[in-house]
Amino acid sequence: MSALDQTEKPLTAGFPAIRTIGVDGFLVSFSDHLDERANRAALAFRAALERESWPGMLECATSLVSAFLRFDLAACDHDSLRAKIEILLASCDWYDASLPEGRRLWRVPVVFGGEHGPQLAEAADLAGQSLNDAIATLCAAPVRVQTIGFAPGQPYLGQLPTNWDIPRQTGLTPLVPEGALVVAIRQLIVFSVATPTGWRHIGQTGLRLFRPESDTPFLLRPGDEVLFHPVEDLDRLRAASHGGAQSEALT
Amino acid sequence: MTRAVTILNATAGVSVQDKGRPGFLAQGLSRGGVADLLALAEGAALLGQPDACAVLELAGGAVTLTSSHDMRFALTGAEMRAMLDGMPLAWGASHALPEGARLDIAPLRGGFGYLHIGGGLQPPELLNARSAHIAGGIGRTVQAGDVVAVGADKGHRTGMCLPNAPMDSTLRLVTSLQTGLFAQDALDRLETTRFTKDARGNRMGQRLVPDGEGFAVAEGLSILSETIVPGDVQITGDGMPYVLLAECQTTGGYPRVGTVLPCDLPKLLRAGPGTLFHLRFVTLEEGAALERIEAARREGLSRALQPLQRDPRDVPNLLSYQLVSGVTAGDDLEREGA
Repeated sequence: MSALDQTEKPLTAGFPAIRTIGVDGFLVSFSDHLDERANRAALAFRAALERESWPGMLECATSLVSAFLRFDLAACDHDSLRAKIEILLASCDWYDASLPEGRRLWRVPVVFGGEHGPQLAEAADLAGQSLNDAIATLCAAPVRVQTIGFAPGQPYLGQLPTNWDIPRQTGLTPLVPEGALVVAIRQLIVFSVATPTGWRHIGQTGLRLFRPESDTPFLLRPGDEVLFHPVEDLDRLRAASHGGAQSEALT
Repeated sequence: MTRAVTILNATAGVSVQDKGRPGFLAQGLSRGGVADLLALAEGAALLGQPDACAVLELAGGAVTLTSSHDMRFALTGAEMRAMLDGMPLAWGASHALPEGARLDIAPLRGGFGYLHIGGGLQPPELLNARSAHIAGGIGRTVQAGDVVAVGADKGHRTGMCLPNAPMDSTLRLVTSLQTGLFAQDALDRLETTRFTKDARGNRMGQRLVPDGEGFAVAEGLSILSETIVPGDVQITGDGMPYVLLAECQTTGGYPRVGTVLPCDLPKLLRAGPGTLFHLRFVTLEEGAALERIEAARREGLSRALQPLQRDPRDVPNLLSYQLVSGVTAGDDLEREGA
């Protein structure tokens, strides 16, 4: 079984659900937990929102299992927009949607543990694995980019086996560097900027996920898959193009 | 020689800002741009120019600059100490900036202040905007020696101000995704607690310190990351609320107890550390209505402009001051058809 098959939990009753975010946003959620079909549904529904381009729509995006829509309060009101969303939701079975086109597999080298992953031992302990078993598990199968978020180009990768359902730490680590590999709640993140975080820092990649001056500023896309492998020399990664990562088309 | 301002000195937190970069949320890049949208509108009204013009945001920082040509400028947001060649200037007003004059702006109590230049600042665009997105790695804060291009200015009028509208200290909230995770007594306590604006705050967010215990929730550490908007009040693991601002992350998994109405954010942004605030929930309908009223008010700001009243006793050398600033021929209003 690949790490991508995740149908352990049935879809929760009451979804898809339409909720508001802030005073001018709607969130259409397809599940209350990380779920493969709900993730596909969110990506497909967002694409549909883009196609609809209702008057007053300012921006839309996806998170793990939801699509977000921000609108202009001067041009629409909550009731009429909610009605439009309901009609669009009812127009097909979004959970049947396929993954986006043009997906790629990225093979990404990581320096695990030590000064470049100071919380690897702690995270492995929480997951009930030895250090070496933890690294083997995290590198055993590809994880998918389920969403890009938090910071520019930053992937939420999943889903890890159930023993990696470890909580975030209570305090914030003041700063982890760009390219840091962190873990919590059955997901991995590679940070695109240096940032404080509540996730546990277990390794370091040489990836530059956001290059604002480039023609392609964002390296990864939702649907891409990432297969990590352990290496020792971080300086070589940082000197290499794409941090030593290699990509190939997924068919 | 092209129109430009030269930064002679700048402390941390001073950056070029505009209306930000909507449209990249799906790629993890928050809109960014000015934290205080009211201040942006006020500066645009004072100079009679579009609010698309980029400005200098002083997030608790100080700046000294000089200009290559005669220019105009306006000062908005948190009141700061502004001096033109050592002469004090009124805040919340527009002024002349003669070629080569030295403009000094430094914080008084803290908060976000804004310097608007006639014609707007024009550093190169990157991803459709001129603003720096510090957290996202686009651009940087300004530094001594920076020369920032300034656009052509079609206006002439200076010496205008907007009526001083005092702000209260209540931040109104609509509910958010995780409001329901908090017990009713915690939500009641949120509305009766006094919060102090902490010294810790930047373009990403502002920490508030409650006068009692924090607001942690048991399930708080394992929530699925979900879309974030500016104004969201995020409760971190230690139970402390953070009000997220223009440069916030795009998604996050800490519980959010509510969202401060965008029209109330200037209250928080213009206050200094130590200022006390209350939080109060309003319904979504009330919140939307308040936002629409405020948006209409921002649109109509130019109608509220009035001439800056100077008390001659406050100006040690009235004659030279007026010559230096080259303020007015007396018929500006007629000439600009205002």
